Amino acid sequence: MSTDYPNDLRYTKEHEWARVDGKIITVGITKFAVESLGDITQVDLPKEGEELKKDAVFGTVESVKAVSDLFAPVSGKVVKVNDPLGDSPEYINEDCYDEGWMVQVEVKDVKDLDALMNAEQYQAYLKEQESH
Amino acid sequence: MSNSNKQRYIPHTDDDVARMLGVVGKPTVESLFAHIPARLRATRPLDIEPLDENSLLKHLGEIGSRSKPAIGSTYRDGAALSFLGAGVTPHTIPSAVDMLLQRSEWYTSYTPYQPEISQGTLQAIFEFQTMVCEIYGLGVANASMYDGASAAAEAVLMARRVTGRKHAIVAGAVHPHYDQTIDSYLAGEESGSHEDLAETRWGDDGRVALKALEQALAKSEDVACVVVQTPNFFGVVEDIKALADLAHARGALLVVANTEPVAFGVLQSPGALGADIVVGEGLGLAIPPTMGGPGVGLFAAKAEYTRQLPGRLVGETVDKDGRRGYVLTLATREQHIRREKATSNICTNQGLIALAFTIHMSLVGKRGLVELAQLNLAKSEYAKQQIAKLNGFSMAFSGPTFNEFAVRVRGGDANVTVEKLADQGIYAGCAATAPGMLPKGKADDVMIIAVTERHSKADIDKLVSALDWVQA
Amino acid sequence: MSDKTTKTGTPIATRQLLHTSRPIFEQGAPGRSGASLPPLDVPAVDATKLYGAAARTDGGPSLPEVSEVEVTRHYTRLSRWNYAIDIGLYPLGSCTMKYNPKVNERVARMPGFAGLHPAQPESTVEGALELMWGLERTLCEIGGFARVTLQPAAGAQGELCGVMMIRAYHADKGRRPSKVLIPDSAHGTNPASVALNGMETVSLKTGADGLVSVEAVKAACAAHKDDVAAIMITNPSTLGLFEEQLGEIADVVHEAGGLVYMDGANLNALLGKVRPGEAGVDVMHINLHKTFTTPHGGGGPGSGVVGVVSRLEPYLPTPTVEKMGEKYRLEYNRPKSIGRLRSFFGNFGMFVRAYTYIRELGGPGLTLATEMAVLNANYIRAKLADAYSLAYDKPSMHEVVFTDKKLKRDTGVQTLDVAKRLMDFGYHPPTIYFPLPAVTGGAGALMIEPTETETPETLDAFCDAMRAIADEAKENPEIAKNAPHGTALRRLDETRAARTPKLRWTRE
Repeated sequence: MSTDYPNDLRYTKEHEWARVDGKIITVGITKFAVESLGDITQVDLPKEGEELKKDAVFGTVESVKAVSDLFAPVSGKVVKVNDPLGDSPEYINEDCYDEGWMVQVEVKDVKDLDALMNAEQYQAYLKEQESH
Repeated sequence: MSNSNKQRYIPHTDDDVARMLGVVGKPTVESLFAHIPARLRATRPLDIEPLDENSLLKHLGEIGSRSKPAIGSTYRDGAALSFLGAGVTPHTIPSAVDMLLQRSEWYTSYTPYQPEISQGTLQAIFEFQTMVCEIYGLGVANASMYDGASAAAEAVLMARRVTGRKHAIVAGAVHPHYDQTIDSYLAGEESGSHEDLAETRWGDDGRVALKALEQALAKSEDVACVVVQTPNFFGVVEDIKALADLAHARGALLVVANTEPVAFGVLQSPGALGADIVVGEGLGLAIPPTMGGPGVGLFAAKAEYTRQLPGRLVGETVDKDGRRGYVLTLATREQHIRREKATSNICTNQGLIALAFTIHMSLVGKRGLVELAQLNLAKSEYAKQQIAKLNGFSMAFSGPTFNEFAVRVRGGDANVTVEKLADQGIYAGCAATAPGMLPKGKADDVMIIAVTERHSKADIDKLVSALDWVQA
Repeated sequence: MSDKTTKTGTPIATRQLLHTSRPIFEQGAPGRSGASLPPLDVPAVDATKLYGAAARTDGGPSLPEVSEVEVTRHYTRLSRWNYAIDIGLYPLGSCTMKYNPKVNERVARMPGFAGLHPAQPESTVEGALELMWGLERTLCEIGGFARVTLQPAAGAQGELCGVMMIRAYHADKGRRPSKVLIPDSAHGTNPASVALNGMETVSLKTGADGLVSVEAVKAACAAHKDDVAAIMITNPSTLGLFEEQLGEIADVVHEAGGLVYMDGANLNALLGKVRPGEAGVDVMHINLHKTFTTPHGGGGPGSGVVGVVSRLEPYLPTPTVEKMGEKYRLEYNRPKSIGRLRSFFGNFGMFVRAYTYIRELGGPGLTLATEMAVLNANYIRAKLADAYSLAYDKPSMHEVVFTDKKLKRDTGVQTLDVAKRLMDFGYHPPTIYFPLPAVTGGAGALMIEPTETETPETLDAFCDAMRAIADEAKENPEIAKNAPHGTALRRLDETRAARTPKLRWTRE
């Protein structure tokens, strides 16, 4: 179960994950998101240098039949983008927490991270959503 | 409610209805509608008289007889002698096209959302897409748009998506309907996002005034695209290469509209000359003119813009067992998925008409299209030469044309000339300022004449005599 | 498979000789042609002399080189891979796949209709104008409208037209309201049309009963005071339910200064029963290719005519057809019009077919069509209510929406699997993926609209098949999950098609 939702990551209500490394936050989407979408066919990501705003849409991820918005877990500047995803969006399906990472953001205010859930809280959140 | 009037498409007998009501658990058919509030109900029955087949055919036949068609059911029986183009240029459609089209499996099938049982439609569209790419010289084409005019409007929307800019410059003699449609589609945005360059519209050669366009482009950093037509509304062939270079130098796309795909049997395709998006009208090569609709909008673009394309796309793939097959693909561009984030408006394509176009192009083939184009060009040039000899007319523009050209009616209003000749059973051409076309003013004396493989030398000579007669 | 029958004895799909036909570009030989062109009877022209560098010198676009025989075989063979109404039932919700009458085709091909060129002088197309006028009049009678524009080429374009007219109406009064209320069950074309007009969608949550509530509309109007341009409502809704509070909803929206747009895709449920223009609706598009039998043709053409009440008349697209005494003419002088949405007059070929159908059925026939359409849908509902989960309790109109809630929970088999398995029984699946999970409680939907042209025996056979699939799912869910098994091509790889698009034929 812990490989589904790694303990060292933080999670958002919109099913993004965040890996914290000092001020650099790596962002991707969780296994739940990947399973809901199915085979991912395309991602639209911001460019290096763009400013992201917490909780605002910063891109989209597409499968054959659906489009989903990506919501920024923190505010900050994009310092790196996983460009290979352009040609190989399947990395997200294969390994959403590692090879399937999407952007790296230099966080403006580390307090943004306080609002994120830990693995246990996220899994509880998923269970709660299921019962609706 | 019983089937006492015996409607042939509604099979239910009284017994059927009674039995079904029993299963549903309702006493009467009317009770199925009981939950509709009284305030919303129709207050009286529909006042439309039904007709049996004979009466129906008689009624419609009478209505039909009150028009004088440009094209007859065989060659020209009962029809006028017509040289009309102006956006729809009728060509000879081989008999096999309509016969094949009328197979039920083509006619009464639905959009191919379930690929396993729609491979016929999907493969045919794949072939259609390929043909449009070939004719227009670009890497990707969609499954068709409603018509050329709405395709042009969607091309402008696409150019805005691709460049991130807002402004569109419509230059040159673009078909007025295309211009007006672009206008309507963009009217929802801030004003000033669509500009008609009156100064660049046309010079003495009938082509876009390049210098004026260059100046207009220099004035703004926000131009998404330049829209031109070739051959244009007056039949004149535009210098696509020069236009593409101008647009690209300013970071704008070149959108080329075309109402006569046959032109590219003798002319280089717009794609080969630098166009980014080409849109066109295929009606004249698919079905009889049918009062201008349904048509088939052709839409092609550079392959790198694939994901910004509007409309349906068919792609090749394999099934579970590795066999080649076709599916609708990249559907996430479309509005039934993107909803308010969709930036184009089209849902259907023009399936049947696109199929007719595809079958026709298969019959005509590679050499056939070149030969067809050569026929059109030769006959049109002959007509031009003969008309130029008449005192009452002159060629309106000096630029090269294909199968359509504009003549000036010396000292007269082309609308009057057209009307007089129509009374004689000849649809000699379309007045440039006919109702719904260009606004009255500069081009009142201009008439646009289309000559195709449908016209024999004798037909053309007849037109020339008639023109001579009307100006005498 | 050819001797399989349902419990009621109706045969299930049979197998036959079915030929593949490679893409037409892979057939033929250089030099072959299916063209029959006239000889050149005027002097030839040297294109290079005329066009210079712009002349084509490569021998032409790479079109196929095949004879007429090869073309005929190819498109005949390909056609046999399609399912069609003339083959069997298409239970597609909101598509109204009713029979396409053959007399329509005979009439449409009369030279007096097919042979007309749109640029002919007006005096020579009196009959065409008369037909357009006649169609407009019958549609006004059916919809309760003052005028109908025939110009929009399809439903989506009809919606665009409707929203444009609404915007023009407000602008004419010096207002620019920016919000359009749309139920979350609406088809995606609705919010897309709003976005194209520079306005914003305000989503209305579908109630627990599957309907739009007056309360929700009141709340939205209050939250966006003076900024509500319109509400876009589908009736019956995309769940096949009649919006019972339509009258009150229209009152609220009109009070708030907005207009009521009705998506007329489901008009087949209302003919002779409700006239939307007299029930509070200001503007409505009608799909001629749904309710009025113009053929679907593998995806089009359609025709999305739009009816309006008198206050929207000034904004109709140009031109309109007017009648003066016994004569008809085109009116281009329309200063407040939204302009044009396409070239010429619209899909005239479809007008001829729809008018022919409307005149054949007449008022009594159209009303009967609605009655039998609703009866057929309710019959299916009654026969399947214990095998599948009903999305909502309210009475169904011309379509019924089931979900895979129970099925998925008990067997793991989902909507998509049911759809694919139905093909093995010889049917085109119902509409799936829509309505969206948001309104079906997260479950996958199966939206079934039989239409009135289906016999009770066909419905029985269809229900047998659906029940058989549900039963089979309990014993052996893998069969459905790997369906279809009987089609010549199995499930196609749509992921591959999207990840590495191959959108045209190329010489390998």
